[in-house]
Amino acid sequence: MDPALSKPAAAPSLLAGYRPFPGVPDEVVDAAGRVRPVWDAFLRHLAAIPAEDLQHRFGRGDQYLRDQGVYLRQYGAEGSTERAWPLSHIPVLIEEAEWETLTAGLIQRADLLERVMTDLYGPGKLVSDGYLPPSLIAGNSEWLRPLVDVVPRGGHFLQFVAFEIGRGPDGCWWVLGDRTQAPSGAGFALENRVATTRTFSDFYAAAHVHRLAGFFRAFRDTMIGLQADPESRVAILTPGLLTDTYFEHAYIARYLGFMLLQGEDLTVSDGQLMVRSVSGLRPVSVLWRRLDAAYADPLELDPASRLGTPGMVSALRQGSVTLVNALGSGVLETRALLAFLPRIARALLGEPLQIPNIATWWCGQAAERAQVTAHPERMVVSPAMSMRQPFEDAVPVDRRGAALAEWLAAEGEGLVAQEAVTLSTTPAHIDGALVPRPMSLRVFLLRTPDGWQAMPGGFARIGRTPDPAAVAMQRGGQAADVWIVSPKPVEATTMLPPASAPYRRPLPGMLPARAADNLFWLGRYVERTEGILRLLRSRNVRMAESGPVATPLIAAMDPLFKAMGVDPAQGIPAGMISTLGAAISTAGQVRDRFSQDGWSALADMDKTARRMAKSVTPGDDAARAVSALLRKLSGFSGLVHENMYRFLGWRFLELGRHHERAMSMAALLATLADPKAPEGALDLAVEVGDSVMTHGRRFAVATARDTVIDLLALDGLNPRAIRFQLDGIKDQVALLPGAMDAGQPSTLSRAVLRIHTQLASEQPETMTTAALLSIQGQIAGLSDLLADSYLH
Amino acid sequence: MLYDIRLRITYDYDRPAAEGRQLLRLLPVDLPDLQRVQSSALKVDPTPAERAEFRDFFGNRVVQVALTGGHAMTRFEAVARVERTAGRPVPATAPALYALVAEIAAMRGLDAMQPHHFRNPSPRIGAVTEITAYTAKAAKPARDVIRAVESVGLALHRDMTFDPKATTVETAPVEAFVQRKGVCQDYAQIMIAGLRGVGIPAGYVSGYLRTVPPPGKPRLEGADAMHAWVMAWCGQAAGWVEFDPTNACFVTDQHITIARGRDYGDVSPVAGILRTSGHQRSSQAVDVIALQEKPASAAP
Repeated sequence: MDPALSKPAAAPSLLAGYRPFPGVPDEVVDAAGRVRPVWDAFLRHLAAIPAEDLQHRFGRGDQYLRDQGVYLRQYGAEGSTERAWPLSHIPVLIEEAEWETLTAGLIQRADLLERVMTDLYGPGKLVSDGYLPPSLIAGNSEWLRPLVDVVPRGGHFLQFVAFEIGRGPDGCWWVLGDRTQAPSGAGFALENRVATTRTFSDFYAAAHVHRLAGFFRAFRDTMIGLQADPESRVAILTPGLLTDTYFEHAYIARYLGFMLLQGEDLTVSDGQLMVRSVSGLRPVSVLWRRLDAAYADPLELDPASRLGTPGMVSALRQGSVTLVNALGSGVLETRALLAFLPRIARALLGEPLQIPNIATWWCGQAAERAQVTAHPERMVVSPAMSMRQPFEDAVPVDRRGAALAEWLAAEGEGLVAQEAVTLSTTPAHIDGALVPRPMSLRVFLLRTPDGWQAMPGGFARIGRTPDPAAVAMQRGGQAADVWIVSPKPVEATTMLPPASAPYRRPLPGMLPARAADNLFWLGRYVERTEGILRLLRSRNVRMAESGPVATPLIAAMDPLFKAMGVDPAQGIPAGMISTLGAAISTAGQVRDRFSQDGWSALADMDKTARRMAKSVTPGDDAARAVSALLRKLSGFSGLVHENMYRFLGWRFLELGRHHERAMSMAALLATLADPKAPEGALDLAVEVGDSVMTHGRRFAVATARDTVIDLLALDGLNPRAIRFQLDGIKDQVALLPGAMDAGQPSTLSRAVLRIHTQLASEQPETMTTAALLSIQGQIAGLSDLLADSYLH
Repeated sequence: MLYDIRLRITYDYDRPAAEGRQLLRLLPVDLPDLQRVQSSALKVDPTPAERAEFRDFFGNRVVQVALTGGHAMTRFEAVARVERTAGRPVPATAPALYALVAEIAAMRGLDAMQPHHFRNPSPRIGAVTEITAYTAKAAKPARDVIRAVESVGLALHRDMTFDPKATTVETAPVEAFVQRKGVCQDYAQIMIAGLRGVGIPAGYVSGYLRTVPPPGKPRLEGADAMHAWVMAWCGQAAGWVEFDPTNACFVTDQHITIARGRDYGDVSPVAGILRTSGHQRSSQAVDVIALQEKPASAAP
């Protein structure tokens, strides 16, 4: 292209150096060098933003992503690491009219894939009639034999699919790959949208860009509509924390208001899939599966799976649950299928594919092998059965002539050749200038009761270099928002129901037993961390006063540290950091139930503690550092206390907190209020118990064993006292499901009442060290009872 | 030949078992021209909370049971009366090994007995270079596929030592092959790996073998065992031919089929884990009683 022509009048400064590659179509500039109308207004806006302001705006988008905890998990030789979400801030703009043609073609393809799926798990005519080679299916690890002849409830195998598409050299779209197993990226598309609108907030509002919320509302309504009855639930099934898209699972569960479950949360009872909740087994009839099918049922699928639910396939056989998408739909992702779909489309639909897929030759057939050997320079070769992203595992054909023919003849059944991809380019902002970078697009389709509906937008991948293969995010590619631009103003949709519908307060969600367990332990670990920090502060303050010589008082605290697994000689002890780490990992298991602010507070504290651990020395330095950490921790507790919805989840968190605090206070008093404890131990107990001021006000005398025991063990008004914790436990337990069993208090309720009554009847003088230890032991037993009743 | 078969599998637990779900492939199927089941029943003790029977992909009968837990013992007892014929004689002709690939390619369809399901490595039987080399050598002199299958089975019978202590149910084919020791499962798995390696579709058959006590000794009750052998696809005309490498013979009316599949995973008599915190012991007793006596001798 003549560079002079590519200098559009609209945004001279910005596009001055923008040079599309010869022979490669560009999203912004057409072949004649003119800016496409859909981009015009946006580029004018962009050009008017001063450079430093633009960086500031990009920073706003990035800040949003960091605040949301959006990150990219990258896999390397040394395991996986998390890095900042690589957002390319310039969105990809597509005209509404072009988008409609494109999505109509993708809807045709979705219908075709549904037909193929129905055949592969039913009559198998595509194979017996010669449209598909049998080895491609029989040798396919995603064609799941136990699912053959299992008809999905409702009749459809596919409810939510995605297509990876790109624009070919002729400017037309083509399909690069089909995503039917458990397409990811819709949640990231939503996050890219929010971050991009933060960047261009003033422009976006009036830019006629189709909103995404309507699609997600349709998604939620469709899932709810698939329920067998209103009593059953919709849930999202995730492989868990270690999967690269877990963030998206938790985010979308929160956004749509669905439970986020792992395989162990589910069980099958009488052919019905049930969630193990704190209220007992409850039916789940719709499961949005983000777990690969082979792992879903260790009994009938991969027996090595630790992520699945034994009996899942039998529940499907009984038609009691809808999986989105059906188990086995991964077979449609097989790369070699692309070679056969054009012909299958004509056979099954009686029409050609409206959007072609990338030219593909399965090398198991002689005619196809001849094609490949004739034009090796235009081809890449990859495994026929690959389900991976396009470009991820393709290699250029480096053999020629006889060597190539021999290779293909020997291993052809396992290979496909594909036309080497060229992708259109779109602007990326690199080093202060817009430069053309290759782009591919993921488009999402949802089957609603009224037919397929496309998300008006998508997930764009932008290459870091001009090489089309570099769009893969694992290879440094970036993500970008996709704007579908209408010539007319668009409807501003939200997730809220239309105003005309009568308001109905939804029932609070159900609490899976595993989530309750994690919340209980989160409460315990956070409280334990606080207890350790308070002990550390008191010790280090005394060290600062007494110098390095360990006084009897300091030595008296040693058993308390030992019980918590902490070496107090370290400034910021590793034992404290690992307890905090345990809090963070339990919090990570319930991220869908938890505010982003709370999560950020914990993560921030962890970061600070680790940094401090490198330099902080015992004594005054440590006392200050620990105080700073205590303030951060109270920030987290405040967020939870002020913001968390007071329902079942909160109750388990509170139970954990009360439980831990009661236990550690009993231990503290048994150690420091023991008659044999050294001088000053009572003051120390009051200080660690954060009750110095209260003690002064209540008793106006120096500490004595009676006053300390009264204030820290028996006083129901002191939020640090054991009694206060037992009041709290009693209140919360009474509100748990099944607290009363046929008019009688449950075993757990009775045990709580017993301890509570006992403590309430104690006097400071009867509250001996032995009595404290006995109370501590009884409270410890509550944890087991609670687990038996609710947490399995 | 008419048989009464009884199989009893017992698990004893040190501590009460947790809830569990299992798949049982213990009941024989009808096989056209080969085997007819006159009656069969499966008893599970304790009585399961759920029980359902279905046919799996390969046509085997599967009973799925769910146990609620708390029991110290589980017992599965399957009884069946089965009529078994010798089937058709082993075909005299079959394609040569090199011609088999074209015969496979001509087969279209995905139904269970298509050779396509049995060509590739399966979860428990991967491709093993040494076994393939061994198989290729043993099969080389044979004039056709059936004779190749027979030669490989005879070679294994000659080179392997039957040793129940050498392997377990989880031993990989390559391990058993390296030590040249094992039981019927190992013989079958090695042979399947080898046949697939040289291009012959092969599958795993589980079942029973009638055993005959030594002359003058009474038949000991429960002394028989479950057995396994190999099925190999020998071209369109010959179809599936079954060979028992442990006993160096094509199958006869002394073999009774329970289940067929790609490997042990597809046919395992009891699948699924019953969780228990303590130790568990299992025992197995099999009786295969021929109602019309006819002597033969073989080892399981």
